[in-house]
Amino acid sequence: MSNFVKVHDPRGYPPKVVGKRLAPRLESLDGKIIYLVDCLFDNSDAFMEQLRLWFAAHLPKVVTRKISPRESWVDDPGMRAKIAAEGNAAILGVGL
Amino acid sequence: MSLEQCGIPTIAVHTHVFARLARATAISNGMPRTRQVFVPQPLVGQTPDQLRAYIEGTDPVSKRPFIQEMIEGLTRPLDQEDLKGAGLDRSTPRLLEPDSEENLHELFMRSHWTDFLPVVLPTEERVERMLKGTRIARDKIIGKLRPTAFREFWEFDVEKVAVNAVMAGARPEYLPVILAMSASGVTARSSSTTSFATISVVNGPIRDEIEMNSGIGALGPYNHANTTIGRAFGLLSQNLQGGSVPGETYMGSLGNGLAYTCCFPEAEERSPWSPFHVDNGFKKTDSTVSVFFGGWYTQSGCGPRDSWQAKFIRCLTAAEHYQQPLIVMDPIAARGFDELGYSKQKLIEWCAQNAWLPARDYWDDQWINTLVHPHGVAGVEPYASRLKAKPDELVQLYTPEDIKIVVTGGGTQGIYKMFGGRYAGRGPGTFNKENPTVNIDAWR
Repeated sequence: MSNFVKVHDPRGYPPKVVGKRLAPRLESLDGKIIYLVDCLFDNSDAFMEQLRLWFAAHLPKVVTRKISPRESWVDDPGMRAKIAAEGNAAILGVGL
Repeated sequence: MSLEQCGIPTIAVHTHVFARLARATAISNGMPRTRQVFVPQPLVGQTPDQLRAYIEGTDPVSKRPFIQEMIEGLTRPLDQEDLKGAGLDRSTPRLLEPDSEENLHELFMRSHWTDFLPVVLPTEERVERMLKGTRIARDKIIGKLRPTAFREFWEFDVEKVAVNAVMAGARPEYLPVILAMSASGVTARSSSTTSFATISVVNGPIRDEIEMNSGIGALGPYNHANTTIGRAFGLLSQNLQGGSVPGETYMGSLGNGLAYTCCFPEAEERSPWSPFHVDNGFKKTDSTVSVFFGGWYTQSGCGPRDSWQAKFIRCLTAAEHYQQPLIVMDPIAARGFDELGYSKQKLIEWCAQNAWLPARDYWDDQWINTLVHPHGVAGVEPYASRLKAKPDELVQLYTPEDIKIVVTGGGTQGIYKMFGGRYAGRGPGTFNKENPTVNIDAWR
């Protein structure tokens, strides 16, 4: 023990993590409005377009709407409010 | 996750190499059961048919059909775990459990608290000595950092900066510079896939007070202050922002040698031009540090020779044009331009007026598409005009405000380098013009 040393922890102070609940899931996607959110990463618009085409071909009762934020990697409250007001679900991609 | 809070069931699509990062982000947001689904990397450059194959294929993380995962993510009823949410206590202790030096070095390395070079252990005595370098209270919260725009901020106080300064091998008299860097709001450990680093430039009297080197080998590794101050900025960034761990909080594909350390003073006395900090509103007698975010591409040349204009145009147009150039010149090169009749500002304006690319080439860039294109669509100039240009039409790459020049070096060659170096505040893609030059005197 005599050779033991006491040192500082070099890490900063993390914010408190408060648990949040997921939204209730839908019973079915039929007749629902799903927003396809293009996160603006290079080629994610093309991915979302393919996803829209897939829904149109395989689940035609689902209404899809493409939307994108005003900037990359920045919260867009206006877009969020529109989805919350008019949509039933959202698929985000492909950003990370 | 904000949409879930609005009552909208949501699922996020990521590429598979970001799986650990995506899960870590969900946990730190208190929503560890966030629905996520994965496609193979890369997404960029894939044809519509290839993207369709991703959608109709298998999630490379769950090994289940992508579409099934996605639909179930929106429709499968929540279970008890989902309904709980998850608060988390991640508080860090001030002091670690006492141990042998050997074990502590191992702990620091395994915990990703080092840059994998040996560090000086931050004992209480060493940190006390370091804190004598400032009069600011040790427990004063002085800033917050995060690895990238969509991650959480971690806060830190003076003592935490001092701890990391000790680890880097810095001396107490350097602490005001290191505190100023920490308060710049710019991280030296961005998690960007582009492997950015920072380049820090010191101006004013403190350069001589702490014996920094603006002469031969200014950019390193030939001076204790230059080297350890730059290293301290890297270590404090990774430790005070919540980590820089590959796959979780660092995604730079290639990494970057400049991330070990890159800090140097301007050779104000040997430059024909005004010092950088004076150009940005400070007095010559102020001591400042200016943080440039980038350090990715590098172009270089000698000059000004007869063909300097053609060489400059080649360098400026070869640069990754999503990131503005920081031109670092030896005093011989700067005096050469001055003797040709170019003030610093005149040379900057010449660079801006002569760096052009066809619109086709300008827009065929991953980061221009990701970061700049939305501004063009929104009508923000000059991006809107660049977006309207026909494919063969030339578009101007930079405005004069984008380009910065700093003079340093030993005068053994009339040379210059152009680095990617965005002189602007935090957050890629935000175009935040927050001034990242910090007055060091406020931190003494």
